[in-house]
Amino acid sequence: MAIAPERPKIYEGTRIPAPIPSVLEVREDLRSSDDVLTVNFGPNHPSTHGVLRLVVDLHGEDVVGLAAVVGYLHTGFEKSMEQKSWWKAITYAPRIDYLSFQANELVFVLAVEKLLAIEVPSRATWMRMLLSELNRIHSHLVWLGTAALELGAISMFWYCFRERDRILDLFELVAGFRMHTRYFQVGGLAEDVPAGFWDECAKFVEVMPKAVDEYEALVDRNEIWLERTQGIGLLSADDAIALGQSGPVLRGSGIDWDLRRAEPYLAYDQVDFRVPVYDEGDVYARYRVRMEEMRESVKIVEQAMRRMPGGPWIADDRKVVLPPREELHTSMESLIHHFKIVTEGFRVPEGEVYVTVESPRGELGCYVVSDGGPKPWRVKFRAPSFVALEATATCMRDALVADMIAIVGSLDTVMGEVDR
Amino acid sequence: MSPQPLDSVKGFAVTFRQLFKKPITQQYPEYKRPVYPRFRGRHRLHRHENGLEKCVGCSLCAAACPADCIRVVAEENTPDNRVSPGERYARIYEINMSRCIFCGYCELACPFDAITLGNEYEISEYSRDDLIYTKDMLLAEPIKKVPVADRDLYDTPIPYYQDHS
Repeated sequence: MAIAPERPKIYEGTRIPAPIPSVLEVREDLRSSDDVLTVNFGPNHPSTHGVLRLVVDLHGEDVVGLAAVVGYLHTGFEKSMEQKSWWKAITYAPRIDYLSFQANELVFVLAVEKLLAIEVPSRATWMRMLLSELNRIHSHLVWLGTAALELGAISMFWYCFRERDRILDLFELVAGFRMHTRYFQVGGLAEDVPAGFWDECAKFVEVMPKAVDEYEALVDRNEIWLERTQGIGLLSADDAIALGQSGPVLRGSGIDWDLRRAEPYLAYDQVDFRVPVYDEGDVYARYRVRMEEMRESVKIVEQAMRRMPGGPWIADDRKVVLPPREELHTSMESLIHHFKIVTEGFRVPEGEVYVTVESPRGELGCYVVSDGGPKPWRVKFRAPSFVALEATATCMRDALVADMIAIVGSLDTVMGEVDR
Repeated sequence: MSPQPLDSVKGFAVTFRQLFKKPITQQYPEYKRPVYPRFRGRHRLHRHENGLEKCVGCSLCAAACPADCIRVVAEENTPDNRVSPGERYARIYEINMSRCIFCGYCELACPFDAITLGNEYEISEYSRDDLIYTKDMLLAEPIKKVPVADRDLYDTPIPYYQDHS
């Protein structure tokens, strides 16, 4: 079943590709044959990764129609952030996507810093990169564990969560909280890195590649895994671009595009890493991309550890950054700044910015408008999960109902981020 | 590349090797993993050494709270009833733990180190009303103690204000 048979090729004539419907319609002859069964998949099905509802039309075991219904986890984060001062809004950002919390925090903080035109010390920049990469491994581990669990590989789940817990321990060590750390503050980091972090992180860097070897031994050439993933959920490169895909879904379709390398932020232009690309465009290719990204992320963490610069971890800007604690008892001026930032919040110059980072799920953007006041006038996140979900119908072409689990899993959507 | 017969067996080798490894499971209620010293758990209110409360009821923590879960009602200190060293003290200090997101902004905001986030994480209750912590509960020593990892190694050196307050 072709979704959009008469569609002009991309890169020819117009730069904007013709839209692809994100809903799979049932063919007329099937609809009238009375053999089509409509089933609700979710919103409380465990393999929908949250509360995704798929209205599936089945003809026997074939999926002939599909519509994704979102909105069951709408939390109004963007609107809530507009009610809070810039400083307080940082705590909201990581909760949007609870698996790549550090990337969400990073993109919001980077957006505010761009509006403020504030200089961030290099130690903070490198530490942000290190934690973002740890977070990428964390997100991919959760994806691998749950996606494999849904396809029947239960031991993958235990092994992945074993390593995931080590990462969360590292976050607890450095930031005080296992998730939603609020460790990235406007201007740098909330606290300096404790001395014991480096040893613990080095241990993790040593363990992680071996753990990835174990995962690959378990599923990489496993016959059941290959049968369930190879040639399933095909997404061509043209379709991936037309649907605005990004991240592992795009790279699994053969497009070599990674924001870390294409538009380097933080210190990504100074570290050495490879961007894995696979041409097949199926579930297996997306799995391979994520596995190799984990290895590359470990390399980046290792380089960041080795080359971590010293010096201050937060910018010395008294209008924006909380003054050092010891000055509160000695300097009246600092105390006034402290009260001002906490109660009213710092003011951000009027303007609008759009900042993107490569989150584990793809291009995570943050669009921020400031009216010059202490609160954001508008905050909008470009959620890669939401965009990935639009590809569900295209991937589901000629799919069986059992493949649906593998396909929805391979797109790696986090419903908290989809509905926001 | 089609799957080879031996490839599926490789996975069994991984699971078989686990037999000889120490389990990583922790028997939680009996064994409590030490948390790192920066871990943000249940709040504590602190007193000075002479017994007076550090909190002066400035409500800065309530202003900093992103979840609006802190309620402070201040009252003047009188010579007969001196609770804190400053002019005022917190007559009512309540934290709604069911709203708290443990971001630690109250700790950052407090200019007198009166409120800190401790390391206790076992704070579940049977009723929502019990989750509203009053001043007395926050001033008292927590009943359930949690082991904490080495403070010197996993926390920054003790800053100036902790030695001199």
